[in-house]
Order: sequence, then structure tokens, then C-alpha cells
Amino acid sequence: MSTTLRQASPTATSRPARGRPRTRRSPYPGWFYLPAAVVYGVLFLVPTLASFYFALTRWTIFTSEFIGLGNFVQFFQEPALTKGFVNTFVYAALTSGAKVVLGLALGMLLTSQIMGRGYLRAVIFFPVLVSTVGVGITFRVLMNPTKGAINAALGVVGIDGPGWLVDPSIALLSVAAVDIWKGVGLATLIYMAGIVSIPKEYYEAARVDGAGSWTLFRNLILPLSWPATSTVVTLSLIGGLRSFDLIWSMTRGGPGFTSDVIASVIYKQYQAGFYGLSTAGNVILFIAVTAIVLPLTRFLARKEVEL
Amino acid sequence: MKLSTRSPRWLALAAVLVVGPVAGCSAGSLGSSEEESGGGTTITWLTGVDETAQATAEAIVAAFEDANPDITVKLDGKPAGGEGDNLVKTRLQTGTMPDVFDYNSGSLFQQIAPANNLAPLDDSVVGAVDDTFFPQVSVDSTVYGVPYGTAFGGGVMYNKKVFDQLGLTVPTTWAEFMSNSEVIKAAGIAPVIQTYQDTWTSQLFVLGDFHNVAAVQPTWAEDYTANQAEYATDPVAMAGFQHLQDVHDAGYENADYASTKLEDGMRQLAAGTGAMYPMLSANITTLQSVAPEAVADIGFFALPGDDAASNGLTAWFPNAVYIAKTTEGEALEASKKLLAFIASPEGCEAFGSASDPTGPYLVEGCELPADVPPVTKDVQTYFDEDKQSPALEFLSPVKGPNLEQITVEIGSGIRSAADGAALYDEDVEKQAQQLGLEGW
Repeated sequence: MSTTLRQASPTATSRPARGRPRTRRSPYPGWFYLPAAVVYGVLFLVPTLASFYFALTRWTIFTSEFIGLGNFVQFFQEPALTKGFVNTFVYAALTSGAKVVLGLALGMLLTSQIMGRGYLRAVIFFPVLVSTVGVGITFRVLMNPTKGAINAALGVVGIDGPGWLVDPSIALLSVAAVDIWKGVGLATLIYMAGIVSIPKEYYEAARVDGAGSWTLFRNLILPLSWPATSTVVTLSLIGGLRSFDLIWSMTRGGPGFTSDVIASVIYKQYQAGFYGLSTAGNVILFIAVTAIVLPLTRFLARKEVEL
Repeated sequence: MKLSTRSPRWLALAAVLVVGPVAGCSAGSLGSSEEESGGGTTITWLTGVDETAQATAEAIVAAFEDANPDITVKLDGKPAGGEGDNLVKTRLQTGTMPDVFDYNSGSLFQQIAPANNLAPLDDSVVGAVDDTFFPQVSVDSTVYGVPYGTAFGGGVMYNKKVFDQLGLTVPTTWAEFMSNSEVIKAAGIAPVIQTYQDTWTSQLFVLGDFHNVAAVQPTWAEDYTANQAEYATDPVAMAGFQHLQDVHDAGYENADYASTKLEDGMRQLAAGTGAMYPMLSANITTLQSVAPEAVADIGFFALPGDDAASNGLTAWFPNAVYIAKTTEGEALEASKKLLAFIASPEGCEAFGSASDPTGPYLVEGCELPADVPPVTKDVQTYFDEDKQSPALEFLSPVKGPNLEQITVEIGSGIRSAADGAALYDEDVEKQAQQLGLEGW
């Protein structure tokens, strides 16, 4: 027995030394992945690739006519598009920025020792659970300039409330505010998890060094909850860039085109039967979102510090 | 807490982004369209979801079922405007359209690919239909629909009491319209009612002005279809856009125009807090449901142009009822019976019992009752005096989808009339290309 062992051990140790590390064999054969690959291929890969082709055609459900880059040319000439792009970025930046700031603030509040913490946590998270379209329709009623509850409440204290959703200059901001109200619960939850996972010893060490609340926040909580920040920014930025349901249920891109975002421009083109054009729009949206979010997540990932 | 940025997840996410917006517009739940009940045939009819549309269809179905006890007709609802268009197109293209549905005639009818999606109708169904209606529901020489309701006009509903009190008469030129408005405004009443929460209502100034365009340039519609004419460069055609801007610039709209809906507009008109409401005369039914006591006080006149001599009404043909191509067998036979019933004097009578006619029926043997509302009488007068011509959508398949957003912007002062007209010209180009028209 002992001889066998002695003979075996040199071979085992010499493998990496010889410089040809054999890849560890998976315990499952390759075709185990097949079902997932089929689902992924049929539901995601094929439609994505097909949409790249159909973006180059003018199609109906029955026929398609290849027109080269015509759709893209037309899409970029669309006057509503510039407005849509600007609105999309304003909306995405605004909502994700506000969710970071409010989420961090609320996260710190709700991880501290306050009264009714569990109840408050539930309340802040509640809007996340409600259907977006339901929220949109509710707020459309609340924000009605003459009959809505918001302006009625403002009227009691003598403020003449604006036409939240019908004034072209603030319609988009009103929708963004509702988006923030609805989404801040999730951001708070992520921040709470991030803050709670910072080891207690760090706080104690910082306190011994004489750190005040601000120093604690600036030099400890903020950098160590960076993974939470990057998650919140990424999720809400993607959500903001492709936002559609809330805007559609609240303003339908209106009044006129003033709160149109790329997704609603694309939807209206689809609704009008310009299928090729709207497919091209989706391809452009895909490229734009990837171009923004990919470098951003790389950047955010690099700034992460190990706990 | 690290966010993975490895590529496979990104691909999945990206695919969701690409597919997401398109997948977001599937048609709602579908009832089964063919159910056997007690040996008879059950068919489903998709009609407007609003109260008036449902009540009208119910009245017709009740009369039809009395005459055909072995057939049961169920009703399904669809929203109005662009969303309804989308639903109809999606259901047709996915083969999930109920057996029978009502929808626009004219250019919108052409856009639903009738030859591919609809069942053709023969003389046994459309025999009683007035010849003038066939071009609106036919491709080549095949007929696909029967008229549903009466012809109507696009113009201005006005409160006759307000006009009487202020000593005003019905304007026959745009200048008179504006001077009337000034008097009305001075009396503390909103001269022009606009209701931009129902965006389609904003289009009347443009669409209802077409009689005036055609009066000056009889071939405009043909030129337009052939890409030889456009709104922005033609002052006559531009007038509709310009009038809307004039009304906004002069402050003649009701203060809450941005946040009101059609029903609110009708209430304001009925109460006399607004005097004139550019509207389709067919929407008298809305007035009847929200303010039945005021129907006798409301009259109707055509949108005036520059010349009083050519003053006349822009007329709309009624919607039509169609059968989806997916309807087969007994359901198809039953559906054809229903359509034949709708296009018969009994059908007209059933229609008239639920909602007052808004103009002439386009079915032989159908007469208007004597006690129709003043709006209908005023519309009938334009037809009787032959001072009417069809709206552009019945002469040309070219109609851009964004007109209602553009007119909302002009009527809200967000965009100038010239800008809006130019934008609309670009909008129709896409439509013409999608339809594959010559010259675009």
C-alpha cells in the first residue's frame, strides 16, 4: 500500500509543474446544456438576430421588402426622435440619480435604530410591488389639474398647482417623479443590504480613531457600499433608458410629443403599422443602451473595493 | 454584491431590450369565438367598448336574435382611436379576430390588408347597400363590409341658446367665425371647446376643413396621393392648421382644454360655458348620453373657409361591419346573416332605436325618423342641398398616424401651424411608403 501511495504522489504534484493544466472536466456531459440553449436560442438569439435583418426591410406579417438602410435614415430624420432621445436621457439620468441619493439616505435611515423600523421598511418597499400601469393610471387621476387630489391639497394651503401632466414643460418631470416614488423602494433595499454587510469592526475602529458621523459616512459607508451604488445606478439607468409603461399610461408621450421617449416613439411607429421602421428603432435602442451601460458597468466595477 | 458583467447575461438582457417594446403590445384576453350552445351557433362581434357603442350593438343583436333564434351573438369591446386601430391590426394579423367586427371605412379600411384578412361578401349580403358606399369598403371589385350607422359630418357643434342671446348667426366664412368668437369671449364664455385628453378630437380643424380645400382645388386628393401636393407648401390646404393656431393665439379655447375629455367638452357645450365645439356630428350620441336634456339646444354647422359661396360640409361615410377571414363554416354563415340584417331596413330601425341617426343611412329603404336631433337635421340639410363633399380619408389612402399629436401641439401653442403642417407631411410619407404607393 505505501509503495503505491509514494508512487502516485509525484505524478499528482508534477502535473501543474509540467505546465499543461488540464481543464477540469465538468461532471455533466455537454448535452445537459441543450434544453437551456434551445430556449435561449429560440426566445432570445433568433429574434434578436432576426430583428437585425428585419430592420433592413419594410415588412408586414406577410411580406417584406429589402430596403437597405432606408429605415435607419428615416428613423434618424424623425423630428420626434431628437426629442425622444433627449427625453430618454434626461429621464434616465434624473430617475437613477434621484434613486441613488434617496435610496442611500433612506437606506441609512432604515438601518439605524429608529422606531417602527420594520413597518417603515415595508411601507417604502410597497410601491415596488404595485403594477406600473396601475400606478400610472392612479397618478394620472391624482395629477389632474382641476379635479386631482394633488392640486386640491395644494389649493388648501393656497398654492395654485400646475397642470402636472398637461403642461409641456413639466410633464416629463412629473412622470419621472412618479417613477422615483415607485422605484426608490428597491434602491433602498439594495442599499440596506449593502450597508448591513459592512462589518461592525470597521465602525468600531473608525470610532476609536475619533471619526464623527460625517467622516463615518464619507470614508466608510460611501466607499464600502459602492457595490450597492453601482447596482442601483445600472438597474435604474437601464430601466430609465427603456422606460415605457409608466410614460405611456400617464401621458402617452403627450401633450403632443413633449414627453415622448425612444420606446414610445418606437411603439407609436409599430402601432401605425411601420413595422420595419420600428424594428430599426429597436435595434438603435439596443445599440444605444449597450453603448451607455456596458462602459458604465465596467467603470463602476473597477471602482469597487473589497470588503 | 458584485455585479457580473460577463457577456452571456448581457446578451440575454440585450435580447430582452430588443424584443421587449414589441412584445409589449399583445392583444388582450381573447374569448373563444365559437361555442356551441344548445345546437345553435354563437358568434362574437367586436365593437367599441364605450357605453354608446355597446348599447347600439346590443339593440341590433336583440333584434337580430329575435329574427334568428338559432344564432347567438356575443359582444366584445375595443378602445377607440389609435389603440383600437392597433388592436384590430394585431388581432387580424395574428388570426385572433372575433368573427365580426366594426371598423372604419375608407383609408383605414385599406390599411388592414382587406384581401388577406377579411371575408369577401356577395350580393345576398350587400344587396341593399347604397352604391356610393362601395368604394369605401372594396378592394378592386370585391366588397368586404356593410355600412354601420349613418353618414355624418365634420364641423362645429354650437350652443344655439348662446348664439341667440348674443345675437349671433352661423358663420359662413372664417372671418365671421373669428368675429363671433370675439363676441362670445367678451360675454365670458369660452368660444371654442377643445379636449386634448382625447387627442383625436384635436384633428377636426384640419380634417373638417377639407371641403374648403376641395372647393378650391378639386384634384387635390389625387395629387396628394401621387405625392404632387402637400400641406406645408399649399396655403389653401394649410388653412386648417392655421385656423387652429389662430384660435389658440387669440385665447379662444376653454381654459382646461389640455386636461379635458370628449365627455367634459360635451358637458361644457350643453351647459353653455363653451359655445362651439369642432366635432363629428356622429358624436351627438355622446351628448345624448352625458346631457340628454340639452340635445335640442345644440346645432351644427360646417367649418367655414374663406369663401361664403362654396361653404359646405366635409362628410364622413359610416364605419362598416366586416367578417374576419378566420371565420369559417357555420360561424361564417351566421356572420353573413348578421351583416345582411345590419344592411336592411330592420337593421336601420334597430340601430335608430338605440342611437339617433346622425345623417342619412346608406341602405335602401331606410328613412330618417321625423324627430331627429337638430344636429342631424342640420347635417341632413347639407346633404339635401348637396353642399357636401367626402373627407380626405375617403379619397386618399394617405393618412399619417401622428396628426392628432401634431394638432394637439398646435392647439396648445407648443408648435406653430407651419411647423406642424411640415411635420405632418413627413408623417404621411412613411404611411405612403408602407402602403407601397407610387411616387413616394
